[in-house]
This record gives sequence, C-alpha cells and structure tokens, in this order.
Amino acid sequence: MALKAEPWQTAEIAGPKKALLILKPEVVVAMVKRAKRPILVVGHQAAEDYSDDVKMIDYAIRMSKTAGIPVVATAHIATQFIKRDFQPAASMSAMDIGNRLQDPEWKGLDGKGPYDLALFMGLPYYMEFVILSALKHFSTNLKTISLDRFYNPHATWSFPNLSVEDWNESFEIILSKLGGN
Amino acid sequence: MTKKNVLMKIKELKTNVAVIKDLELSFGKVFEETWDEPVGPTPFPSVTELREWDFKLLQKYKPFYLPYCDVCCLCTFGKCDLTGDKRGACGLNMAAQQSRIVLLACCIGASTHISHARHLVEHLIEKYGSNSPLDVGGLNIEAEAPVTRLVCGIRPKTLQDLEEVLDYCEEQVTTLLAATHTGQEGSNLDFESKVLHAGMVDQVGMEIADLAQISVYGFPKADPEAALTEIGFGVADISKPTILVIGHNVPSSIGIIDYITDKGLLGKVEVVGICCTAHDLTRYSSAAKIIGPISWQLRYIRSGLADLIVVDEQCIRADTLVEAQKIKAPVIASSPQNCLGLKNRTKSPPKEIISDLLEEKVPGVLILDPDKVGEVAVETVMAVAPKRNKFKIIPEIEEIIKAGEECTQCNECMRACPNNMPIPEAMKAAAKGDLNPLAEILESCVGCARCDSACPNDFPLHSFMVKAGEKQLWKEKFKMRVGRGAIQDIEIREVGGPLVLGEIPGVVALVGCANYPHGGKEVAEIAEEFAKRRFIVVTSGCAAMSIAMVKDEEGKTLYEKYPGGFEAGGILNVGSCVSNPHIAGAAIKIASIFAKRKLRANYEEIADYILNRVGAVGVAWGAMSQKAASIASGFWRLGVPVIVGPHGSKYRRMLLGRKDKDEDWYVYDARTGDKVYGGPAPEHLFTTAETKEEAMVMIAKFCMRPNDTTKGRAIKLTHYIDLHKRLYGVMPDDIHLFVRNKADVPITMKDEILKILEEKGWKERRIPDPTLLPRLIRKRGE
Repeated sequence: MALKAEPWQTAEIAGPKKALLILKPEVVVAMVKRAKRPILVVGHQAAEDYSDDVKMIDYAIRMSKTAGIPVVATAHIATQFIKRDFQPAASMSAMDIGNRLQDPEWKGLDGKGPYDLALFMGLPYYMEFVILSALKHFSTNLKTISLDRFYNPHATWSFPNLSVEDWNESFEIILSKLGGN
Repeated sequence: MTKKNVLMKIKELKTNVAVIKDLELSFGKVFEETWDEPVGPTPFPSVTELREWDFKLLQKYKPFYLPYCDVCCLCTFGKCDLTGDKRGACGLNMAAQQSRIVLLACCIGASTHISHARHLVEHLIEKYGSNSPLDVGGLNIEAEAPVTRLVCGIRPKTLQDLEEVLDYCEEQVTTLLAATHTGQEGSNLDFESKVLHAGMVDQVGMEIADLAQISVYGFPKADPEAALTEIGFGVADISKPTILVIGHNVPSSIGIIDYITDKGLLGKVEVVGICCTAHDLTRYSSAAKIIGPISWQLRYIRSGLADLIVVDEQCIRADTLVEAQKIKAPVIASSPQNCLGLKNRTKSPPKEIISDLLEEKVPGVLILDPDKVGEVAVETVMAVAPKRNKFKIIPEIEEIIKAGEECTQCNECMRACPNNMPIPEAMKAAAKGDLNPLAEILESCVGCARCDSACPNDFPLHSFMVKAGEKQLWKEKFKMRVGRGAIQDIEIREVGGPLVLGEIPGVVALVGCANYPHGGKEVAEIAEEFAKRRFIVVTSGCAAMSIAMVKDEEGKTLYEKYPGGFEAGGILNVGSCVSNPHIAGAAIKIASIFAKRKLRANYEEIADYILNRVGAVGVAWGAMSQKAASIASGFWRLGVPVIVGPHGSKYRRMLLGRKDKDEDWYVYDARTGDKVYGGPAPEHLFTTAETKEEAMVMIAKFCMRPNDTTKGRAIKLTHYIDLHKRLYGVMPDDIHLFVRNKADVPITMKDEILKILEEKGWKERRIPDPTLLPRLIRKRGE
C-alpha cells in the first residue's frame, strides 16, 4: 500500500489544511459508526471504473445497505442503481448536493436534520476536489471522507493513492467490520 | 453620430459688451435626437448602477464557492490562510477572495475582447476610414447592435461611433480591476455584482468587434445559408506551401489572403487555421480552411504540415515558437498581446525580413502590420516549403514500441492528464506493438501535452498518440457552415411568439472552448438531440467546430442535415468568440421586436423579461478560459443560465438556486402586484454538469420560464421528463414544482403525473405575468 499523501492529480495541491490519511480501513468504520447522520454521495464514475466484476457502485450499495446510509446519486448514475434493484435516496447534481451540505440549515433529504458525515465516491477527481474544498471551508459540523482510491486532500479523511487491489481489500474490510459480508 | 463630445471653437466673437477671441466650448455628451425612442434609465451604466438588479439575481441564485486552494497570495502580507472562517491580513474572507478571483478572471476575459475590438476598430479606421458604415444585415436587421443599444443607449452607424463605446468599456474594466486591489472591495456579493458588470461590458466589447469586422470585411450578414466550409485535420492540400494561422484576431490572416489574391497565387498556397481566426477567415474567404479547435495546435504543428505559422492573439500555446523550431517552420507573431520574445520588424523592408527567415537567422519575427504580415508570410512560405519538405517530429512506430518497453509505469503522465487518461496502460500495450489504446486516448485528448512535461523519461507522449491515431486523423474531413453573424429581425418575429409562449421549447447555445472531458463528439450529440427535439441550437467558437466534426452513416455533418436559420430544429453557427453577442442579441431582440419592450439603455427591464420569459440556456461544455468566464457572466446578468462541463467546476463559483426553498421563487404578477410562486425556472444561473447526460436533462429543464403558457409548459415538461426517464431511468422528483395547473401536464403522461402530483400534495396555482421589478407592476384595472 502506497502511503504518501500526494494528491492524485499532480497540481491539485491543497493546504494548509489537508485530509488525514486513512491508513487503516477501520478508520472509515469508526467514522461511520460514530456518525449520527451519514450520507453517501456517488458520482457517475462509480459505474465505470475498475474491472467488469468490481465496480464502486456495488460497494456503494453494499455499504448503504450494511450501514443504513442514504445514497445520493449524481449525474445519470441513478439508472445504474435502479438496474441493480437499489433505490437511491435522491438523484441530484453534484453541485446541488454540495450546496445543500454546506448549508447548516438544510434539514436533509428526510427533513430530520443536517448530516454530520458525507462520504464521496465516483465523482471526477477534480470535481470532487473542489466540492470537498467548498465543504471544508463553508460547512459547519460536517466531516467528509473521500472513498475513491486517490488521495483527495480537501476531505477530512481520504485514502492515499491505492492500487485497485488494495482499494478492494480496504473496502471488503470496511464492509465486513460494518457488519456485512 | 449618436452620442458625442461636442467641441465648439470660435476664432472671434464680437458682442455689444465684449470681443472674445479663441473661445472654445466643450460639452460632455449629447445624445442623438433623430432616434425617437427615449433614452432609458441606464445609459452607459456605471459599475454600481445595475447593482440592485444584480442583487435580485444573487438573492435567487446564491454563490456556491469552490476554492481551489486555502490561501491568498496576491500581496506581500501573504500568503494568508483563509481556511474556514479565517480572514487574511487585509481582512478578506474566503468567500470574498473567491469572488475576487472570479472578478479577476472576468476582467481578464472582458479586457481581452475589448482590446481585440479596439485593435480591430483602429486598424479598420486606418485602412478604410472612420466613416465606414456599419452593416450587419442590410434591410433584414434594424437593430444593428442590440447589446450596445441596450447597455449604452446609442445607435452606432459608422466605425468612429464605436470608439466611444470602447472608451466606455475600457473605463469600466479599469474600474472593475481596481476593485480587486488589496483593501478595496470587501463584500463577496459586491464582487459578484462587479462580475456581472464585467460580463455585460464584455458583451458590448465583443459586439463591437464583430460589428466592425462583419461590416468592413464583408462577412456573411445574418445569412442563414452561409456557405459550408471544410474543416478537419485532413482538409489541407499539403502538397502546397502551407500557412497555419492560430488565434482570434483576423486582420493579419486577412492580410495573407489578400496578398495571395492580389498576386494571383490562389490555389498555390494553402491557408489553414485553428481556433477563431480560422472561423473569421472562412467568413472572409472561401480560400481558407479550418483544421479544428484549439486542442489541435500541437498535433498539427508536430505533424509538420505547416511550413509557416502566423499567430495573432488569445488561446495560442505559449510554446508555439519552441514547437515550430522543432519542425523548422518560421513563426510570425502579429499581435502586441503575443510577441513571443521576437524582434519587432514592423518597419523593416519585407525582403529583408524574408531573407532573415529563410536563412534561419531568426526563428521568427514580430510584425504589427497585417498587410506586411501577408506579404512576408506568403513569400516566405513559398521559399521555405521546399526546404522543409514537411519535416515532422512525429516518431516512428518502432520508437514508440521501444519507449513502451522502457516505460516504468510511474503514472506521472496519467496524474498530469486533465482527463486522467490511462496513458501508462496504453504504453504497456504499445510495448507489445498495439497502438490502438494510444489512438483511443487521442480522441479524448485536450491537446495540452502535460503528459510530455510530466514524463521522467522525456517521452513525447502526445506525439506517440498522434502517430497512433495518424490514419484516422488524415481521414478527418468535414463540412461546417461558416459563421452567419446576427439573427435577422424577420427570424425573431417568426419565432418570438412560439419561444415566449413556450411552443418552441427553447434556445440552446453551445459555445466556448474545447476542454472537453471526453472529446468534442459529446457537443455534437447534445446539438443533435436538441435539434431533433425542435429547439433552436445556436453555436460559436470551438463548440461550433466540434459540432461539425462528427458524421452520420451517410457521411453528413449536422450542418448539412439541419437548417442554419433561427428556427425550430435549426443549428446556427454565429461565428467566432466575438460573435457570441448575436446570441444575447437574439434574446434582447425577442424582447424588443416581439414584445415591443423599449430597448434603449433599458437593461434591467430587458434582462427581467429574458429571465422570466425567454427559454434560453447556454452550454459551454469545454469552457476553459477567462474569456469563457466573462462571456458566461454576460449571459447571467441578462437572465440566461449557463451550464459548464465538469472542468468548469474549476471556475471556483457556481450560482445556484434552491428549489427546495419555496420562498426563493416568488415573482410579482405584473397585472396585480401580487407575489406569486413562479417555480424554480430556471433553477440555476450557473452550474456544472458532470456528464453529457446530466447536461441534456438540465438543458431541457432550464428552458422553463414562469411565463410559459400551459401549452408551452406541457411541451417543455414533455422534453424534460422524456430525457430524464431515458437517461436517469426514473421520473424526475420535482415535476410538482413545474406544473401550475392541470393543463400544464403533458397529455401522454397524464395519469402518471397526476398520481405524482397527488402524492406530493400539489395544489393548482396561478400563472403570473412575471417580473422581479416592482416598477413594472400595472395596478389592477389600469
């Protein structure tokens, strides 16, 4: 596992405040378990990346079901969820969900109150970069986790740049420790 | 003359009380009195005059800031950490800093167009005289400059009338730029208002530039049937000496065509272009051809096809001279904005310059006289072409395979690539002799060559891709309709009603640069989707080129399949970047010609009309530049929403509505003064679409306006729902926000939608005569 906290895209250098590295998948498990109101934002690349038999979207579904986290599907990926018999809590643009998450008065998709943990996966790296930056600077009481296999420094927590194999392994551990299989 | 300084000189004046000699009287500005339309409330508006309108927009569409980094490094107090709620040494917070950066970008963009316009106007006055008449469409166009009329309140008639408009633009940009200095503006919303002002002024500057060049150079004048021209990598007859022109400001390229024509060299020298100079050159002469958008610069130069390169200004690679030297092609720089470190030879005799270039004493020259550029370029290229023998630096296949074998798979190229293309994988395949993955990457390549710079082995990766895709590149020959310029008044009259009532579902403007996430074909897909749906598709700049570069099974491009008129199902290329105000102008003319709203210096009312009634949306799928930022901001102030592709998220700020906040969407009903829910139409003023599918759904949705008739709203809803179901697999979840009464419901989906409405607790509501301006309220019974 490569552990250098370098942004995946060479020039996307952030700071002074940078994401803490997820050195062990258990960090994600602890964050999710500690969160009272987590939400999972899934971009269109979740259905495209990696090999045919391993797609991020499948992990997203398993994670949502295992930990009871509502999913926001951005762009047109809702159709991929539906093909998998999974109903996302909402389908909206990445900018829309980012904008709502930074609003401390937003009551959430279910009207029950603001979220305290937002997990992101499957957005184009540079879009996720700036949306996480918006949340870092303007949200209150919201932690963010980038679940992509690239270090995204504006998150509160992010994986380092990982190989597909390492990323898969991490996710399997997360799911298993969250209670799934 | 429309509005001018009056200077009266009296040599000697004898009166009963005195004799006065050498009297000079100067009056400020006198408005033309032959125009019977009264001057509106905001002629030549200052930076703050439209601030209240801006704040109305910003109340609905609040800024969502997406900082690129945490710091400000614009003064020596810094760097300052602005993370979260911190403030810098100057007191500025992150929101204000982001809006300040947006303003800087828009000032750069606006100043670029205005400077371009100034150069053109001065050059044309010098060459053709200050009294040269302005004519963009003869009898087909009454409002020759709708943006200028709207903003400045004048009707320019000759070239010299344009100078005072440019004086105004330059003054405004200077004032706006001053606001970005440390210790000036401190409010993010005031920065945002200034952003909108920069965009508006930019629209004026662009309009002046195109007005001048259309009139004097005789470009197509609002011609729906403007000629088809050739575009593509393979269009040039490279057996001839070939001049490549790159940039946006066309006089030096016209100098080349004129020289070729005057010397009887037509057919003996090939002139091809990249970017907007190519657009405008094909508007001038059928002798010119277009290679493609800005992303084609490196692949064309490295292929060695150009024997000589002429650059003017804007969006030109800064390493053009370096790349040209590699292929032994001389360079002529022709703009003060882009001198490339070359010696200014404007005053040297042409023969001396040509001799120096041929003897390779210098790699290039700076010539600031377009006619001299023409002579030097043509005479040099004819002599240099046989010597060069199309020398190229595209590697042979063996070299690529060897590099593939040596590649360490460090991923630096992929990490440098804006689109994260799998170059290491392609190099792995290349090592085995399979160049197809490299060729596939070229199709989505934006041409930046950051992969070259990143490679620790110094492999020319971009050239590897060009070699891999070479066979396909050579087949690239397409047809594009040249820029037609303005929209005719008669076209506006014919579509104004259907557009405002919603029966033509909208105007989609596909504009901007070529920083695409997956190549230019997506722009063509969007264009065809909406042309088929009988929207009006308007285009310009690199987007107009990308639309041309796709063929159907019969080998036809969209320009050959769809009409070039401003009509339902039309695909219109208005021209280059500076032609964009024709799109804004069409929206303005709908208000003035169709709805008879007063146009002259009446910005706020016309923008209010467009925002609430004209279903137009801009899409800049590959927006890259500061110019694109200022062009977009000009549309925002006018009430036209803009969608950018995913790379546009890096503009650092969106202007987003919140459809979940009902209170944000109330408008005045001008008939009664009541505040009425108008719905989130349009939902956003500026946002990013992650994919082309998302963009298509957004386009259909953003064309809805509070004023739509029930028939029009039903048509628009049909497109929105149909696209949403097809591309997202489900019904949209916000239909209830757009259905005002049951007659709005598309008949073919009635049962399904009524069920949804019932579930949402929907209640019927009034269709307002919408406005955001209290002064436009007519009291009941009046």
